[in-house]
Amino acid sequence: MATYFLKRLLWMIPVLFTVALITFVLMHSAPGGPWDRDLSARQVDAATQKVLNAHYGLDKPLWRQFVAYTFGDFNQEDKFVCGLMCGNLGPSYRVRGRTVQDILFEAPKDKSSLQSKFGYSLRLGFFALSMAAVIGIPVGIFAALKQNSWVDYLSLFIATAGISLPSFVMAIFLIIIFASTLHWINVIPRTWDDIKGWILPAAVLGFGTMAYVARLTRTSMLEVLRQDYVRTARAKGLHERVVVYRHMMRNALIPVVTILGPSLAALVTGSFIIETMFSFPGMGREYVQAISRRDYSMIMGTTLIYVLLVSVANLTVDFLYVFIDPRIRLEE
Amino acid sequence: MAEIAGSQPDKVLPNLTRLNVRGRGPWQEAWGRFLRNKASIVGLVIVLFFMLLTVFASLVAPHSPLKLNSGKSFLPPSWVEKSATNKTGDPQFLLGTDTLGRDVLSRVMYGSRVSMIVGFVPTFIIILVGTLVGLMAGYYGGRLDNFLMRLTDIMYGFPDLLFFIIALVSLRDTWIGELMSGLFLLFCALAIVNWVGVARLVRGQVLSLKEKEFIEAARSIGVKDSRIMLRHLLPNVLGPIIVLTAFLIPNMIITEAILGYLGLGLKPTTDPQAFFVTSWGSLLLEGQSAINAQPLLLLAPAICVALVVLAFTFIGDGLRDALDPRMRGTQ
Repeated sequence: MATYFLKRLLWMIPVLFTVALITFVLMHSAPGGPWDRDLSARQVDAATQKVLNAHYGLDKPLWRQFVAYTFGDFNQEDKFVCGLMCGNLGPSYRVRGRTVQDILFEAPKDKSSLQSKFGYSLRLGFFALSMAAVIGIPVGIFAALKQNSWVDYLSLFIATAGISLPSFVMAIFLIIIFASTLHWINVIPRTWDDIKGWILPAAVLGFGTMAYVARLTRTSMLEVLRQDYVRTARAKGLHERVVVYRHMMRNALIPVVTILGPSLAALVTGSFIIETMFSFPGMGREYVQAISRRDYSMIMGTTLIYVLLVSVANLTVDFLYVFIDPRIRLEE
Repeated sequence: MAEIAGSQPDKVLPNLTRLNVRGRGPWQEAWGRFLRNKASIVGLVIVLFFMLLTVFASLVAPHSPLKLNSGKSFLPPSWVEKSATNKTGDPQFLLGTDTLGRDVLSRVMYGSRVSMIVGFVPTFIIILVGTLVGLMAGYYGGRLDNFLMRLTDIMYGFPDLLFFIIALVSLRDTWIGELMSGLFLLFCALAIVNWVGVARLVRGQVLSLKEKEFIEAARSIGVKDSRIMLRHLLPNVLGPIIVLTAFLIPNMIITEAILGYLGLGLKPTTDPQAFFVTSWGSLLLEGQSAINAQPLLLLAPAICVALVVLAFTFIGDGLRDALDPRMRGTQ
């Protein structure tokens, strides 16, 4: 099994490399250099552009720039600067003097690392995921136990809507209902230290996952319900509660647990629209702003972090799978 | 037999060797099952409605989607007495007006054009390419198959939306990005990412089908490979492909809405001759930037996206139930 996971871990390297290559090629096929793409900013004159290009190594041939980005290269003072290999995502072209990883992972002074842009997004993702699990799993179980009742039909309908509708359409409806019409909450809270402001973004973000969790739990409970060991448990006179908690839920939740990992990755990577809507100070909004500012190193760095997150999440799930369900054996 | 028949001469036995019931093929059976599904019929009606809107937008729209009505910006929908900006709705503008005083209803109608076309055109390309490559990869195996598998592995690691964003951001200002006011690039990006999934699905189906006896029989009597693929394999994988199509279309529409919302979809135009004036995604972006002045601006495009997506989902669910091979009778 160790070999299997080692193989999977090593496979992440070519995937990341290819993604970096595709992104790099696409970015560099855009017309113009990084200094004249932002129309809103002040234009940089030709002489300054030349100095800037030399400083950032943009005057070198493309292949060398890519090598410098992924592995590293000697800078103007003949000092070796390590690239992606060492976790260096390169300088931001918009915020001068700071690297991409500084902007994303460095918290403001005297704050914990959870206050960084990445930390904010991660916490929002966790919050959304916990909401999805805490509401979705009981709803799914209840719907399965009361199959074909109105509770079942209602939850099934909401689940179908939640799965098929994109989260930002849900967000629009919820904002119009709760903020514009009922005035219960502010769309953009004054501070993000208060948990109240987090509820709506997290609920919107987690709604699709919640619907998916609920439907999956229901299906898998219905399957378990018909198993022989459940009949045996009932036949030997166990209390219904014990049958549900010990015999059914333990087995029914295996597929649910396994989707939680990719869901977290999807929530963190999919949050950029929700973050922008609620002006949430996370990585996603930074990404969207980088798009409108055409901050290429920022877009590329964020993309790579997202891809890494997705790969790690998928790997974790496979690991959890083996851990939870002893019936599963992976091929070596 | 003769004795029994003779004892009851007035009763004629029906001729059981020839039935008057017409046999129905598996496709007719599936169609019948589909028509009995109420939700998918509702979905079909909604989709047809929007398709008609797409074609006849210029005839149905009450105003020009580009006409600026000065002094009439941010009007709420006509039934609203008093909006956040203290304006009363005007019956002339049923869904109100936007930042520049353009009629929202007309803009939403024109927006359906882009959304429906983005739903159908890339899906058509995706299905065509994906099916062809999947058939060949599954049937021949070997190098093409290997390449397909490695490609999917990488594609699965690359979140779709991120790829679209990067491709559109970097190629938007090149000549490809200018074609069809930016729609061509969008079609290409959507097709490049999604055909792989279709190819993989078809490949999987073909792999299990090609071991079956009827394929072996066809091969043994010397049927050409291309004919085996198109006449024997393709009809058998058509069911899953049709279901997948119904789920791909809303996916494309959602993606367009998201990208438009990020300002990356259709390029805005002021040309009254242009066929593609605006899209639901662009309307959402306009609504979002004016959310404090007139939050209801967001409502119309959001409802349209939601309606169409749900309609396609219902159709897809109906098709899946109708075509599910486990429900299909043995052949």
